Amino acid sequence: MNRKKMHNGLNLKAWLFILPSLILIVAFVFYPMIQAFITSFQTGMANNLEFGGIANYKRLLTDSTFKKALFNTLLFLIVQVPVMILLALAISSMLNNKRLKLRGMFRTAIFLPAVTSLVAYSIVFKSLFATDGFVNGFLMNLHLISEPINWLTSTAFARILIIMAITWRWTGYNMIFYLSGLQSIDDSIYEAAAIDGATGFQKFRYMTVPLLKPIILFTTINSTIGTLQLFDEPMNITQGGPANTTITISQYIYNLLFKYQPNFGYAAAVSFVVVVLIVVLSFIQKKVGDKE
Amino acid sequence: MSKKSKIVNGIQYLILTVLSVISVFPFFWMIIAATNRSVDVTKGTLLPGTYLLENLKHLMESDLNYTAAFKNSLIIAVITTVLAMIVSSAAGYAFVVYRSKARERVFNLILLSMMVPFAALMVPLFRLFSKFNSIPGLKLIGLNTMGSVVIIAVATAFLIFFFRQNTKTFPRELIEAARIDGLGELGIFIRIFMPTMKSTYAAAVTVTFMTSWNNYLWPLIALQSEDKRTLPLIISAMGSSYTPDYGMMMAAVVIATLPTALLFFLMQKQFVAGMTGSVKG
Repeated sequence: MNRKKMHNGLNLKAWLFILPSLILIVAFVFYPMIQAFITSFQTGMANNLEFGGIANYKRLLTDSTFKKALFNTLLFLIVQVPVMILLALAISSMLNNKRLKLRGMFRTAIFLPAVTSLVAYSIVFKSLFATDGFVNGFLMNLHLISEPINWLTSTAFARILIIMAITWRWTGYNMIFYLSGLQSIDDSIYEAAAIDGATGFQKFRYMTVPLLKPIILFTTINSTIGTLQLFDEPMNITQGGPANTTITISQYIYNLLFKYQPNFGYAAAVSFVVVVLIVVLSFIQKKVGDKE
Repeated sequence: MSKKSKIVNGIQYLILTVLSVISVFPFFWMIIAATNRSVDVTKGTLLPGTYLLENLKHLMESDLNYTAAFKNSLIIAVITTVLAMIVSSAAGYAFVVYRSKARERVFNLILLSMMVPFAALMVPLFRLFSKFNSIPGLKLIGLNTMGSVVIIAVATAFLIFFFRQNTKTFPRELIEAARIDGLGELGIFIRIFMPTMKSTYAAAVTVTFMTSWNNYLWPLIALQSEDKRTLPLIISAMGSSYTPDYGMMMAAVVIATLPTALLFFLMQKQFVAGMTGSVKG
């Protein structure tokens, strides 16, 4: 009896440790999430909302700006994430070689972009790639181009610029995950493979990649979620331009809320597309990852 | 070493050097640009200039309220970090020390919140926080207050997960011994757990501070009035001007990057532990 009472007291105290976090997460993640779902079925401007059925979702199908935003976001995802993951894997397997001199220096240098704020580096990239900016001057001095490239105002180059910028910022970040994963792999298996005559590429393809699979899966899902929410870079480098060719879904939601007449219902419907994409893509990636 | 592996080795050094230069160059360039006049920056100079103080003076005198923004960012980041360390670590700790089926379920629910994109929360959070402004007890966290930016980052699934993982290494005997000594549950957490887990807290501090310092989208939504703006908002505003003063702008970027860069160089180990903490164990 006495023991049971004490246990109950302890149980209550345990909940008190958790309660503040639980309240905050419910209030600022789950409750708004449900609200967004309800709002996505409402139409009207600002706070004058009324039930509109699936009108917002129907509108998505004919909204050309939404289609552009979706296309751009998926384009960034499909092109940038694989390039970055492969690059990060290649770098980390090179840096994992204990005989490599200066590896600490290389590691720090390549990781450094990950400590910058997204806004700060976006502004630096915007300046470097301005028409009269450093990169154009550099390329012209090398005679690789004869006239400046309009990085910020031509469709193809603006997209390439965003992809280059994100890759610069996040490759080192992913590399750190792989390096810490590689540290837990015994060196002797690499040495054994070397004795058996495995080439560097074979070791990479048949040993490093399979051994790091859980971490690769984690970083891929992480990068997918991040890219689907891409906002800071296009907002600050290209402002979504030229003519919405680099606008992302998050940016479009922001515009629907603050740039045009606020349309909460429609913005919520757009945001649910991101939710569905994240759930579906994470699920697929997990399935593919588990199967192989 | 065979001739072939020498070549392979050489190629590796070449690739790593090129990648390192590309990674570091924007930092080098922004520091150089901060010391030069805007015209020289556009000419592509790579030599340090003598214009740094002038650029800083322009920055302080401009109508952007840079010092106020620096102060806002610092206050928000410090308060967020302190509160997050208490609130999130308490939860992570309790999930391990007072393990039960019901609490495991709650933890899984919290983990699920990691999947929710902020894009989906933008609309309802904006509306929710605007309601707080008219509720007397909640004015402190209404729109346009520092509180609104702080409160949202205090309990995160990432931090709770991180503390939960690390609490697993905390020796249970210490808890039993403290109980015998008559210490209460809260006392054990504050006086035994917290001091023992210093390196875990250090790692969490670096990551939380950096995330808060660099946060852009929610402050952009929540902090609409000029005097409340944080550094990323000011820098973003500078970047979108039609005739940017590159020297001044890069001085602003350098100062905004300094705190997190310093934190990284001083606490590299904890920094990396904090970032990768979510995949281990």
